[in-house]
Amino acid sequence: MSDMDETEGSEGPVAPRRVIGTPPPTPRLLGSTAVAEGGDGGEVSDETSRGEHIGDETTVYTVPEQRAKRVEKIIAGCFTFAFIAGCGFIAAYVGLEVGPNRLGRGDSAVDAALRSNLALGLSLAITLLALGLGALLWVRYLMPDVEVVEERHELRSEPKDRQAFEEYFKEGASNSQFVKRPLVRRTLMLGTLPLLAAPVLLLRDLGPLPGTSLRHTVWSPGRRLLVDGTNQPLTPADFSVPGTQIAIVPEGYEDDADALTKAAVTLIKFRPGELDVPTTMNGSTLVGTMNWTVDNIVAYSRICTHVGCPVGLYEQTTHHLLCPCHQSTFDAAHGANVIFGPAARALPQLPLTTDAQGYLVAKSDFTQPVGPSFWERG
Amino acid sequence: MSDNFDVPAPLEGVGGWLDDRFHGARGFRVLMRKVFPDHWSFLLGEIALWSFVILLLTGTFLSLFFVPSMNDVVYNGSYVKLDGIRMSEAYQSTLNISFDVRGGLLMRQIHHWAADLFMAALIIHMLRVFFTGAYRKPREINWLIGVGLFTLGLLEGLFGYSLPDDQLSGAGLRIFEGVLQGIPIVGTYLAFFLFGGGFPGNDIVPRMYILHVLLIPGLLLGLITAHLFIMFHQKHTQMPGKGNTEKNVVGQPFFPYFLAKGGAWFFFIFAALVLLATFAEINPIWLYGPYTPVAISSSSQPDFYMGILEGSLRMMPAWEINGFGHTLSLSVLIPGLGPLGLIFGGAAIWPFFEQWATGDRSFHNINDRPRNAPMRTGIGVAAVVFYGVCWAEGANDVIAYNLHIPLYTITWIARVLVFVGPAAAFFITKRICLALQRQDKETLLHGYESGIIRQMPNGEFIEVHRPVNEEARAVLEAKTVPALMPAPGSEDENGVPAPSSRGALGKVRARANRAFAETIVVETNGHGNGHEVGNGHGSAVEAGHGGSAVEAGHGGDQASVGSPTAGQLPAGESPGDSSGS
Amino acid sequence: MSWFNARRRRPVAGYAALLLGLVVVGLVYGAFTRPGGTAQASSPAPSQSDINTGKDLFDATCSSCHGLDAQGTTQAPSLVGAGAAAVDFQMSTGRMPAKEVGAQEDQKPVTFSAQQIYEIADYVASLGGGPAIPDAQQVSTAGANTALGEELFSANCAQCHGFAGAGGALTYGKFAPPLTGATPTQVYEAMLTGPEAMPVFSDGAVSPSAKRDIIAYIEDTKVEPNPGGFSLGRTGPVTEGLVIFLGGMGFLVIIALWITAKRRDPRPTGTE
Repeated sequence: MSDMDETEGSEGPVAPRRVIGTPPPTPRLLGSTAVAEGGDGGEVSDETSRGEHIGDETTVYTVPEQRAKRVEKIIAGCFTFAFIAGCGFIAAYVGLEVGPNRLGRGDSAVDAALRSNLALGLSLAITLLALGLGALLWVRYLMPDVEVVEERHELRSEPKDRQAFEEYFKEGASNSQFVKRPLVRRTLMLGTLPLLAAPVLLLRDLGPLPGTSLRHTVWSPGRRLLVDGTNQPLTPADFSVPGTQIAIVPEGYEDDADALTKAAVTLIKFRPGELDVPTTMNGSTLVGTMNWTVDNIVAYSRICTHVGCPVGLYEQTTHHLLCPCHQSTFDAAHGANVIFGPAARALPQLPLTTDAQGYLVAKSDFTQPVGPSFWERG
Repeated sequence: MSDNFDVPAPLEGVGGWLDDRFHGARGFRVLMRKVFPDHWSFLLGEIALWSFVILLLTGTFLSLFFVPSMNDVVYNGSYVKLDGIRMSEAYQSTLNISFDVRGGLLMRQIHHWAADLFMAALIIHMLRVFFTGAYRKPREINWLIGVGLFTLGLLEGLFGYSLPDDQLSGAGLRIFEGVLQGIPIVGTYLAFFLFGGGFPGNDIVPRMYILHVLLIPGLLLGLITAHLFIMFHQKHTQMPGKGNTEKNVVGQPFFPYFLAKGGAWFFFIFAALVLLATFAEINPIWLYGPYTPVAISSSSQPDFYMGILEGSLRMMPAWEINGFGHTLSLSVLIPGLGPLGLIFGGAAIWPFFEQWATGDRSFHNINDRPRNAPMRTGIGVAAVVFYGVCWAEGANDVIAYNLHIPLYTITWIARVLVFVGPAAAFFITKRICLALQRQDKETLLHGYESGIIRQMPNGEFIEVHRPVNEEARAVLEAKTVPALMPAPGSEDENGVPAPSSRGALGKVRARANRAFAETIVVETNGHGNGHEVGNGHGSAVEAGHGGSAVEAGHGGDQASVGSPTAGQLPAGESPGDSSGS
Repeated sequence: MSWFNARRRRPVAGYAALLLGLVVVGLVYGAFTRPGGTAQASSPAPSQSDINTGKDLFDATCSSCHGLDAQGTTQAPSLVGAGAAAVDFQMSTGRMPAKEVGAQEDQKPVTFSAQQIYEIADYVASLGGGPAIPDAQQVSTAGANTALGEELFSANCAQCHGFAGAGGALTYGKFAPPLTGATPTQVYEAMLTGPEAMPVFSDGAVSPSAKRDIIAYIEDTKVEPNPGGFSLGRTGPVTEGLVIFLGGMGFLVIIALWITAKRRDPRPTGTE
């Protein structure tokens, strides 16, 4: 019957050679068990430490010299190109300055960085590509095509080796009398036990104990609300246009990131009648909640109760406060209750009032812990 | 066959000097001749390896300029748009690297792209190893090391992109702290100890720095070395093919062939990274601005390998339990620990689970074709779909904005798809695998369609089928049928139930075994068109124990049909156990 | 017969006549209308004739949804007190006149000239006051403090519009548009009037000087080149992840296929 390796002499009309999968293998001599000759007549073993024999290199195909010369020229061209590009890299580094020393001070530093990055990167990339291409052509078109077969032996040791190991282990163990003398053994373990606690102990001073610090923020009675960035205080008249919203920081802590992580606040102005703050929250009765707002201006904690991102996205038309991290959505007109998303609790509200000069100030700190939940929150 | 030339004297001198001290000649010769099999998918792990090397090189450069300090400074440097802003020294030094150090921006970008490529290559490499079953005995430890590398790489990347203290990564750190804080009992202590107090504190950047440049790279280096050494020692697996048996490795020697290929590969990987660093901007921290807890941007995502965590946090509906003065925030704990735990934990126990379910304790040095292990492939694809749904949900606002789909709709779709998707994917994949196996069986028994139409004497037209060539035959035949364990409830002649199927766990095991053993067997009873295929070679049971006739000086260019004895098992050897000989 | 009469009956004469008619109508139309364009930074002081023209335009275009006295209907809100700035913003960006009611109004090509928009704006302003269109000095970025602009932008704008103004998703199909196509005047007006879902940033909360700083930051970011190469959309790591898998891994897999491909040597057996 016909075999696909035949190129002629098939019975019927010659079919186009269709190859499924890998191309037909070139015939090869495999698995020669001949041992390589040693230089001085002794046998040099081509065996790994496990006695696995590595067969002879069977050269399937050597590139004819004429073709090799052509390929050699191409590879040499690649490497030469790499050299030129490499020199270009050096020239780009030396010639293109960045930062305060940049050429053409009229350009911005960004333009200079762009130029330099482009020149350095392109030259380096070309160098590497040319080197890689040259190496690849070398191994594929210059080196002969060879194949070797290496034996795989059992990874499991010979039973006699295992036996010998076990015997020696037993002998050594019994010589050490580790098994025979339980007092020694047990006091050794006892002696090392405290040292195991050392790494844990030594890490204790990594940080303070949390205590009650997560329950409080820096807001206190009379502390002014300042606009983040400009640090200006606000009167209700400044904040009179319905639909206004701004990011707020506490006075005295404008640049204190540790304080702001809990104390950042969102201030929103509502139209009369739009704001509806429930008087009970989470089952506990809050008296006089509406006294927490001034002139339909309400302040909510800006820190999401999910995992702590700032809830900055305010939609004026729907009164939704959306946290862009995981899309927890709070209804600002109804006590910032959660209406979608993974947050489980409403945003705490900051009680507001005005001071003697008419500026908006906090009436007190938040009445519940701000930000993500924690075990001791209760 | 080799050119005659003299080894240059200096090389000989150095070689001699070393050999005098290390007895290296024989061992080194064996090393140089060591055989490496050739397949494109075997190069994927090397992408990760060379990316790691490039990370070390570029990282060292960056560490010479980066200042790991959170002290506040007022910026007064080249990037004038931010002139006068308060920022940390870490952020300022990163701006310096980008705009005031020649090659600094290039190194930063190569470093970040290499980190992304490292993780991407790790994932693809892991998938290749999984779908070809290369984690089986004796390579389970290497697989576990790989899972460990994946976890460490994740942490390393997280700490690395958080070092510049910019708005985007700072928000990510805040999320990390919020998740930590929510862990029951120890959460607040863990968070306060890690950050040296409340978030953000002044310690996290220097601490992450030492983790990122010393501790984790050290661990990575050690594990990578172990991973490579074990692979070297056990020899790489090889793909099924003619002449490839469980007891050999066919390929090219290390010196000079594999060395040259490895070198070329390194240059290409490096070149790809440099091209990306030149033409694709990554992590433009000057646009993000310095971190402040008051600000946040839309489209805030972590680097892609953290996407599964981000997506699961977005997908989860609100769920919190309050009682007895304590709060258990399941909205945070379930997505924080669940999907990652499932993927990593599942990956870690998978080789052992598969061994338990199939009862297969033999050595495997030939890779499986994914279609020949439908259960494994199906579960793998289901895991990929699960990972993918969580990952895509992590980008839900970017998808919503660009594809004009309402935001909540995407989240609802993800909530459903995360359960339905993997189940459907498993079912469909398994069916496809079995169908492909049937197709293979057809090709093996009846040959492939040659495109020649012949008219029979009675007027009927037939298409001539030709038998596949030896190489393809070897590939098609390389298939092991897993042994069936005793069915649940089965007993031997004395009425004793089989040990493996006793008890509730035994019933589960038996059912798993049945599922794993579902495969299409190729009969070898010599039927078929006079082609005499399968004359001891078509048996799926026997394949993988020596394949086709390649032992002992066989001519090789004859059709393998004519040698009836080669490839048949000696009597008494049972299938599924090739560890003895 | 004259040259003209000799060719009147030819087939091409019909087409020539049609062409002539179109040209004439086009010229006449062009003479009586002005081309649409973006709003200019300064508006002329309102005069009664402007207000009257504006009222006519309003009645013809806007009153069907906003009511004849701009008092609002079920379809559209009242414009009394909305102010000239709101009208200028909505019309110069093409959002108004609205074509269909959806999650939010999309930008469309502007069909009114700047002068016409001012006239409508003057009319609406005359009904109930409201924020005025900013003049050139109010939106100039000369001497602005981009550092303060960055702080204000990050804290109040980036969460909807993105850190570089590339836009972002809101709820229920709404979205915050990219800022790259907006003029400084439009940005000022948007902050002042809070169009649709966007909150208001009144002058009391964000002073006019602070608004200029924000505008300067936006403008600088808009024109700033991307030193690292192509920007990948300025939306962050999502596109970076796509590029590494499709671009990076894709390219490398192709190279890997090449490196390990079986050699198709010219001679199948032996050596030379």
